[in-house]
Formats: sequence, C-alpha cells, structure tokens
Amino acid sequence: MATTVTMPKMGFDMVEGKLLRWLKKVGEPVKAGEPLAEIETEKVNIEFEAPASGVLKAVLIEEGTTVPVGTPIAIIAAPDEPVEAPAAAPAIREGPPPPTPAPVAPPAPPTPTPAPVGAPTPPPGGRVKASPLARRLAREAGIDLREIPGTGPGGRVVKRDVDRYLQARTPAAAPPPPAAVPIPTPAPAPVPTPAPTAVPVSPLRQAIARRMTASKQTAPHFYVTVEVDMDEAMAWRARINEALGERGKVSVNDMVVKAAALALREFPALRSSYQEGGIIRHEAIHIGIAVALEEGLITVVLRDADRKPLAQIARESKELVERARSGKVRPEDIEGSVFTVSNLGMFDVEHFIAIINPPEAAIMAVGSVREVPVVKNGQLAIGQRMKVTVSADHRVTDGAEVARFLQVFRRYLENPLLLLVE
Amino acid sequence: MPVMTIREAIRQALREEMQRDRRVFIMGEDVGAYGGTYAVTRGLYEEFGEERVRDTPIAESAIVGVALGAALGGLRPVAEIMTINFVLLALDQIVNHAAKMSYMFGGQFKVPLVIRVPAGWGQLAATHSQTFEVYFAYVPGLKVVYPGTPYDAKGMLKAALRDEDPVIYIEHTALYPVRGEVPEGDYVVPIGKSEIKRVGRDCTIVTYGRMLQASLQAAEQLAREGIEVEVVDLRTLRPLDMEPVYESIAKTHRALVVTEEWRSFGVGAEVAARIQEHAFDELDAPVMRLGSREVPHPYNKHHERAVLPWPEDVVKAVKLLLR
Repeated sequence: MATTVTMPKMGFDMVEGKLLRWLKKVGEPVKAGEPLAEIETEKVNIEFEAPASGVLKAVLIEEGTTVPVGTPIAIIAAPDEPVEAPAAAPAIREGPPPPTPAPVAPPAPPTPTPAPVGAPTPPPGGRVKASPLARRLAREAGIDLREIPGTGPGGRVVKRDVDRYLQARTPAAAPPPPAAVPIPTPAPAPVPTPAPTAVPVSPLRQAIARRMTASKQTAPHFYVTVEVDMDEAMAWRARINEALGERGKVSVNDMVVKAAALALREFPALRSSYQEGGIIRHEAIHIGIAVALEEGLITVVLRDADRKPLAQIARESKELVERARSGKVRPEDIEGSVFTVSNLGMFDVEHFIAIINPPEAAIMAVGSVREVPVVKNGQLAIGQRMKVTVSADHRVTDGAEVARFLQVFRRYLENPLLLLVE
Repeated sequence: MPVMTIREAIRQALREEMQRDRRVFIMGEDVGAYGGTYAVTRGLYEEFGEERVRDTPIAESAIVGVALGAALGGLRPVAEIMTINFVLLALDQIVNHAAKMSYMFGGQFKVPLVIRVPAGWGQLAATHSQTFEVYFAYVPGLKVVYPGTPYDAKGMLKAALRDEDPVIYIEHTALYPVRGEVPEGDYVVPIGKSEIKRVGRDCTIVTYGRMLQASLQAAEQLAREGIEVEVVDLRTLRPLDMEPVYESIAKTHRALVVTEEWRSFGVGAEVAARIQEHAFDELDAPVMRLGSREVPHPYNKHHERAVLPWPEDVVKAVKLLLR
C-alpha cells in the first residue's frame, strides 16, 4: 500500500519545515530508514528518513518550499503499484498553480469524500475535518489528526475524539516522536533524556493568565505595607471562639475581612473601578476572598461584609470556600467583589504583595501573625504582629489615601471591640 | 432585598436621578399627564411638575433635536421615543448630530443625552414590531445598552444618566413585568461590562434583553437533562465587552448567540465574528446563531409566535450545537 510521507514534526514547537533538498529522485527505489530529504526547521537542518520501503513515486513539494507539519510531501509505493498523486497540499503554492499539461485527463484526484461518522481514517493526504480546538489539542500532544476517528457532524474530529484517543493510548506505549532525528548507528540503549512535556493549560489557568496580565499592564500598581499589633485581636478571637463553642469558629481572616470592610466604608476610592471616561464607585461592600484550589486561584465573594457580624462572616466564608473547593460555586459566589483579601498566613508567610484583581482598585495581601520581639514602654517584650500590604491602582487613589485606609483598618484590629459593635 | 418589575426599576432610577440632579428632565410623547404609553413615567409628572416632565408633539426628530440642544446647553435630558419603530424619524438627529458632536468639535462639547426606546411586539404588525438595536450599535459615538433584569435596568439607566455621551437605552416591552431583586439605595451598573448570569460548562450562550430571560429559562430546562449552559449577558451592545465571552468559551468550547433580531448583518453576526477572531483555537464547533425568521413581522398571533425565538428554540439549538 502506498505511503504518504508528511512533513515531520521534530520537536514540540516545530510548526513548519522547509524542504531543502530531495536526496532521492522520483522513480528511485528507497528503503525505510534511508535518508530521503534534507529539511530545515527553525533550529536545525537535518536529514529525514524514508518511513517506508518502495519506490519514490512522487514528490509533492519542490525544493525550497516551506509547509506546515503534517503536510503530505511525497509518496512511496511498491514498484508496480499505480499511484494517483493526491491533490497537492494546498498550503504550499502561492499564486497560480504551474500549468499541468494533461492531454488525456486522468481521473481527477479523489475529492475527499466526507468520511462517514466514525470512519477510522480519512484517505491519506486528504484534509482532515477537525475543529480548531481538536487541531490545537492534537498539535500540543504531537499526534497526527489523521489517526483519530472523527465523531462530530460530517465526521469532524472534535475535542472528545482527541480525548478518547489520548486515553486509549496506554502510558507505557508513549508515542515515539513522529520522526526521530536519525541516529546513524543503531545505538544500543539510548540514555533517555527527559524531554520537556507540554502541559495543557486549564481554562482557569488561562483566565488567571489573562486577567493578571491585563491587571499588571493596565493598572499602575503601588504598594503600602503596615504592621498590625495583633495581641488584642488574638486574645479576643480566643474569647469569641470559646463563647461560640460548637456554633462556629472565627478565623484571623474573618477579622481581617470585617476590619477591611468597615474601613472601606470611609474610603470610596478603594472600592471603585477605573474605566474609560470615569470611575465607577461601588456602594455595596462585597469583599473577595482569594481561595487556592488545585487548578489555580479563584475569588469567592462575601457580600455586604461591613454589615455582617463576625460569626456570620465566619460561617459564610467557610461555606463559600467549601463550595469553591468542591466545584459547586454559584454565579453570585464569585461575582461583584469590590476589594479582595488574599491571605497566605497559613503558610507561615511573613509578607507578600498581590496583583490587583480587576476591575477592583485594590487588594490586601495578609501575612502570618508572628511572635516577634517588640518594644513596649521601653522594655523588650514578645508581641504578636501581622504584616499587611495593600496593592492599589494609582489611577483611582494615591499613597496617602491608602496609608490612611490602613490606619483605620489597623485601628479596628487593634481595638477588636470595634469589630463587634460596628 | 426588595423585588420589583423592570418597569418599576426604570421608574425608580428616573425618580432618584431627578431628585439627585436638578439637570435631569424627561420629554416625550404622553410621558407627562398620561404617565407614559407603557406607564413607565407614571407619577413623575405629579412629583416633578410640567417643567421637568414635558409632553411633546408627535415629532420624534424634534424631540431628539431639542433634547440634544438641552444636553449641549448643560442639562441631562431623557428623551423617550414611544417605540423603537418611530426612532427612524429621529435617526438623523441621533446619527448625524448626537453621535458626532463631540468628535467633530474636538471634544469641546459633550452630549449627555439619554434616549429611552421601548422595543418589542405583541400583535402590533410589521411596522410596529421591529428589532433595531443594531442600527445604533453600528454607530461610533453612541453607547447602546439593553438591560435584561430589573437590577441592571435600574443600575444601567443611572450609569447612562451620569455618562457624558449619548446613550440609547432600549427597554423590551415584554420585559416590563419581569421581576427581580433591586437593592435599596444608589448603585450603578457600568456601561460596557458584560456579565455571566449563569455558570455552566457545556456551552456558552451569548445574549441580551428578552432573549436573556428566554435563555435562562432554557438553561433551567437543559439542566434538568444534565446539560449545563453558561449564559453571558452582553447588556451593552456598544461598547461591546467580549472578555467574559472569551473566558467562557475557553471553558465550554462551544458558543450559541441568541438574539431576537434577524440574523443577517446583526449583533449576533458581530459577536460570532469576534469569537472566531479571538477564540478560534478554543472552538470545538462552529459558532451557532439563533434569531427571528427573516420576514417582516406578522400581525397574526400564531404567525408572530412562529417567527420569534422562544426558550424551546434555545433548547433545540443547544442540543444541535452539542452534537
């Protein structure tokens, strides 16, 4: 059976190759493994081996032509096997096709008939119907779309087909690279060098990438850090939790959220969004809480945090985080925040800086409560301190305002009774 | 949170903005003593008097022209055109003047003008049942909003009234009785921000206006069959915010655009084009569009039903898209 030779993929990021030189002439016999052509990629020039034995029946692209990976470039077949040159790869020729004198019209190249649903393999060299997503996934996994049966409308290869195909391949039978760089002598057991692997980017990760890049590129960030004396807050938290008993537990973060929400009442600029033509000021103080999931970071939204008692904040944020972790978030759980709190305290982090979660104007990064030496009334003592950094959008606010906001925020945490009465 | 209809939400936005800002006033046909053809402005004439709630002759071009002049002169007019069908008579004022003033005079003048246009159908026959939002969405210099919930209706009208540019504010008459939560007090919903109204994973519906409600109903029905669709509400047609759409398609890989307009050359065509420009590699199927049948809108109620898209059509389209 005739073999269609395609432009090989020699490396993860190779998308096209240039055929420098044919090393065999049409009509010449070739053996599998013999150099067939010299190919130039963006990185190297290499000889490319014939994938099958027989006679080189046709070359489909001329020397000096660049074609995408996977494009048919030649046909190898048995000497007596009649071969119809398939429709030359459409990608290769710009401008008018060279005149092909055909005195006696041979049967037209087989027009690719739509493959019946579930057809195993479309005719080699024919164009494979595949969705853009399926093409991308196949390219990333380094597999040839023609190997994948399409089950979409009209035999189109869609995402589920690629997924199924990848699943069916046992991990043991990892695919050889489509065309290995020829090794002249059969090396006994090549020491495997771990090749870099392409990891598919999850939608969440893509969203994070897009949003964080946009934030850093459009919002001029500045940062203000303060240290909060947490002695009182920690004492009150212990007392509150003792009193609550079975009815819940207030975390440091709940107190931070409440303190930030109360402070935001006085600082409308820090709960606004900058946009072309004006600044939108948000009146409802919905606080975003960053939650780390396996797949990445999401922000759940505690609505009207300034108006809720601490115990309710504790209960609701626990529910929100649980829903986020179990993948059951509702639209209102993740929308509408006007300011975000990101807390890495549980990881024993002294201090960090966050990127603003657009379209918000500011984000608060919270470190651990740490026992540190402090000076009290001229005496060295042990105090509990927490560092907090606000990143803010300079288009809507300035350093002095953020500093004042942090003063108010700190006053709440250092006088935690205020958290209970407001 | 109080629950109210879209009609009440619009009225409340008008009342609050008139209380807040003395420059805001209303003019249009029957908006005053009669309380508005769709009763949206009911009570405002009694509350604010004839100077700020002005009845006009039946002369749409004059209504918009006078309102435009008032806006240039420093007021914040709300011109009501009784239905979107009659807005054709005022298109020259809108397209050639309101939309272009700021540009042609180098930004020396701003046109803080809101034109409220009820749109819809209901046995009103071919000349009174048209879907024209694309006429405005096509024009640089205009902002075009089309809320689909009471919350958005109030917040976006407030945003429109505080905007420095001419805003076409479209109200679907079939949505007037739709109820939803509207918080007490002042808030705005920014113009030019789309919103995910329902989270899902299997496909993305991009829509607005009445078809938002129809799509949400379809989504409920599909959910009972195990199909989870994500519904993105455009809310603003110009400037069009596609980011949430792209983000959604990166998750679902399939998109259906649902509009009430004729599909050819419409908002849905623009949305579909942008999706393939910006999210091509995410698509696992061609972008599908659902709209009205391309005939002049019939009077007969059975025919009328037959030309419009309904929730069951959305359900069918989603299933076709998910093949």
